[in-house]
Amino acid sequence: MAEKTVQIRIKRQASPQEGPRWEEFEIPYRPGMNVIVALRDIAERPVTVEGKSTSIVSYDANCLEEICGACAMIINGRPRQACTALIDKLEQPITLEPLSKFPIVRDLQVNRQRLFEDLKKVKAWIPIDGTYDLGPGPRESPEVQQEAYPLSNCISCGNCLEVCPQYNDHTTFVGAAVISQVRLFNLHPTGRMNEGERLEALAAPGGIQDCSYAQNCVKICPKGIPLTESIAAMGRAVIKHTVKKALGK
Amino acid sequence: MAKNIIIVGGGLAGLSAAIKVVEKGYSVDLFSVVPVKRSHSVCAQGGINAAKNLKGEGDSPAIHFDDTIYGGDFLANQGPVKRMCEAAPAIIDLLDRMGVQFNRTAEGLLDFRRFGGTLYHRTAFAGATTGQQLLYALDEQVRRFEAEGKVRKFEHWEFLSAVLDDAGVCRGICAMDLQSMEVRTFAAEAVIIATGGNGAIFGRSTNSIACTGSAQSALYQQGAIYANGEFIQVHPTAIPGEDKLRLMSESARGEGGRVWVPRDGKPWYFLEEWYPKYGNLVPRDVATRAIHKVVFEMGLGVEGQQAVYLDLTHIDAHELDVKLGGILEIYEKFVGDDPRKVPMRVFPAMHYTMGGLWVDDEHQATNIPGLFAAGECEYQYHGANRLGANSLVSCIFGGFVAGPSAVEYAKTAAKAEVPEQVFTAEKARQEAINQQFYSNEGSENPFVIWKELGNTMTANCTVTRYNNRLQETDAKLQELGERYRRVNLSDKTRWANQAFFFTRQLGNMLVLARVICLGALARNESRGAHYKPDFPERDDANFLKTTMAKHTASGPKLEYAAVDTSYIKPRPRKY
Ligand SMILES: Cc1cc2nc3c(=O)[nH]c(=O)nc-3n(C[C@H](O)[C@H](O)[C@H](O)COP(=O)(O)OP(=O)(O)OC[C@H]3O[C@@H](n4cnc5c(N)ncnc54)[C@H](O)[C@@H]3O)c2cc1C
Ligand code: SF4
Ligand code: FES
Repeated sequence: MAEKTVQIRIKRQASPQEGPRWEEFEIPYRPGMNVIVALRDIAERPVTVEGKSTSIVSYDANCLEEICGACAMIINGRPRQACTALIDKLEQPITLEPLSKFPIVRDLQVNRQRLFEDLKKVKAWIPIDGTYDLGPGPRESPEVQQEAYPLSNCISCGNCLEVCPQYNDHTTFVGAAVISQVRLFNLHPTGRMNEGERLEALAAPGGIQDCSYAQNCVKICPKGIPLTESIAAMGRAVIKHTVKKALGK
Repeated sequence: MAKNIIIVGGGLAGLSAAIKVVEKGYSVDLFSVVPVKRSHSVCAQGGINAAKNLKGEGDSPAIHFDDTIYGGDFLANQGPVKRMCEAAPAIIDLLDRMGVQFNRTAEGLLDFRRFGGTLYHRTAFAGATTGQQLLYALDEQVRRFEAEGKVRKFEHWEFLSAVLDDAGVCRGICAMDLQSMEVRTFAAEAVIIATGGNGAIFGRSTNSIACTGSAQSALYQQGAIYANGEFIQVHPTAIPGEDKLRLMSESARGEGGRVWVPRDGKPWYFLEEWYPKYGNLVPRDVATRAIHKVVFEMGLGVEGQQAVYLDLTHIDAHELDVKLGGILEIYEKFVGDDPRKVPMRVFPAMHYTMGGLWVDDEHQATNIPGLFAAGECEYQYHGANRLGANSLVSCIFGGFVAGPSAVEYAKTAAKAEVPEQVFTAEKARQEAINQQFYSNEGSENPFVIWKELGNTMTANCTVTRYNNRLQETDAKLQELGERYRRVNLSDKTRWANQAFFFTRQLGNMLVLARVICLGALARNESRGAHYKPDFPERDDANFLKTTMAKHTASGPKLEYAAVDTSYIKPRPRKY
């Protein structure tokens, strides 16, 4: 019997200046493989199915347990993390493509800097006075903690932005991940003191009114973050805040 | 003169240092191979230690200090450990103020759980993703400073070397852009290294990909002393995998998880039987050796395999979700079973390096003037074995010391004008190394050499060590070093060339591997994580000493320094 193999098609691009091309690989199958193991196999022997030597495939990855967010790519048409993409659960040939909403660096590597920049726009932090010892933080009920904790699990992978019809290089929409972070910081007793600033950032162009409620984000998020809930909650908060301000309160 | 400090590494240690430096009025240039939010610290699961004594157990920093020194088998210098344990409660308060979503008690206070090597509830936690939550809190503070122009980030840049002037003083760094591959030097009044662990030397470990130890090795080759390199922690419970050995945090046992293997048709809770006082929460070195004994000597691995059970099935599923959700998800995603319903199959895995760059007791200063180090990349807080949940606190504490120390140094050190030639020479040296790889015509594949490195290090330099095998390992490492000279880059392009970056790191891994191996060979005793069946006892008369490795052309030269035991007198370590 022929040995079981894994077939993979990869969309490659040597640099932003060059055009994309597809390459196909066939590697030996082992139980428990994920897409990262497959890419490592290719690195050990970078030869295509046609027997042509090629370069190793560039991609981002670090933690290998879906907590750093680095390894997002499009796998069989669906944006997701490569490290949790088990070969056994994927139809073959497996296709790998880079996320399309971010500038390409090389092969499966893209530049997601915009995501981090957008966190600055909404001041996604607790403005503490300083790191000197001021005693414990504010008390918080276990219920609020259980509401906030899932929001703070966002790994900035960008998958929710990839599937968002409103997120692209000719709009400034911040997207679901960042809107959800505003909810997180506005839930915190200290963070709430600056909720106005964050809501105003969301009221500005590129903010929450750009959302078309396609609801793709919540279905794709690998961390199961309740993104549509966050968008609805922040939509209401922005309106309330804007009305209050208009009334001079 | 520009008032700036360079920090290399944006994990917990690097970010903590950055915050302190900015508070002292200096600006920071922050370098990291990955966006700092993706640093390895996000992997930490179980929690962070501080003797807050919120459970009415009478815990105190003094007991935390004693547990840490005893757990580390008395190899750590005691002054810094004492200060860390005393500072820990305020560090937790600060993290709490920064918005970390720690688990709470009904009264709204921080909840604490038990961890290995202690009898107290001393570990604060945010589900089972504590490292992620802590890192994000610091990342957010640093982003705030970045928005204010006080921090400049150089993400996707790799540190290559320190820029040393003729007097051997550190004047900046040389780094490479991981996209354009430009090599550049950067000046600074002081440099802090916070580049984390070195799991990649062992091939597969619980560490992230970026934990190569490459920066530490480069500095060692430039004259920095590397201390206690032979002390490598193997964590007792991880899920074996071909790309990574994924950790199942000690918090699983802290929350009541039990380790067993089937014997005579019944579960045998060997840790509970052998260690009635600490049970499943003996320190990691002890639990790991016990598992190896059960599996390799007694042949009792689950279904004849290299595995034991880690069992949570007796615990309420909702409680598990609230306290351990993150790791249960990892098990489900990678293994496919639900750990709420079936016991998990786990096995020990390389996890942490106690050894690292040598730093002084007070300032986190290396022996190179102007160069500081903090976090897992330095050696100072954990002696011969680290206690669970002590690393996160040591990273933050170390960063909090390193930041102000670097600023103090910058203010007081003599400011000679640094000739431009110091920078251009280092840049030329690094570019020449790069060019060498491009012109090499050999036939060796770097990924294959790496695999062999990992296999030999894991087999011979982890749980059980024999002198003859260590000698063979060193010979193998030298052979790999020879072959490395004939490495052929499959890809000779000059844009985002990952084969190239990896090849450079691999060279540094091979050098550091010898430090680990020869340090182990020379230490003829058993202490903490370092275990030699031929020398089963701790030998304080000869080895209550810090190993200090210095680089020479013919390999590491080992010297030894006395350990400060002024607070707690060494006593036998018997759990
Ligand atoms: C799976 C796992 C779980 C853990 N759980 C716990 C726990 O519950 N409690 C606990 O106390 N400890 C835990 N630990 C240990 C702890 O996570 C680490 O020791 C700690 O996070 C190290 O932090 P750091 O800041 O030193 O380094 P890291 O977080 O590893 O950061 C290193 C930084 O340096 C950068 N870097 C590295 N090399 C270079 C270079 N050459 N050039 C430029 N930048 C570079 C990286 O990009 C990164 O930003 C765990 C470890 C693992 C592996
Ligand atoms: S919200 Fe979810 S999908 Fe979007 S960046 Fe965060 S983790 Fe990724
Ligand atoms: S490598 Fe970190 S999420 Fe996949």
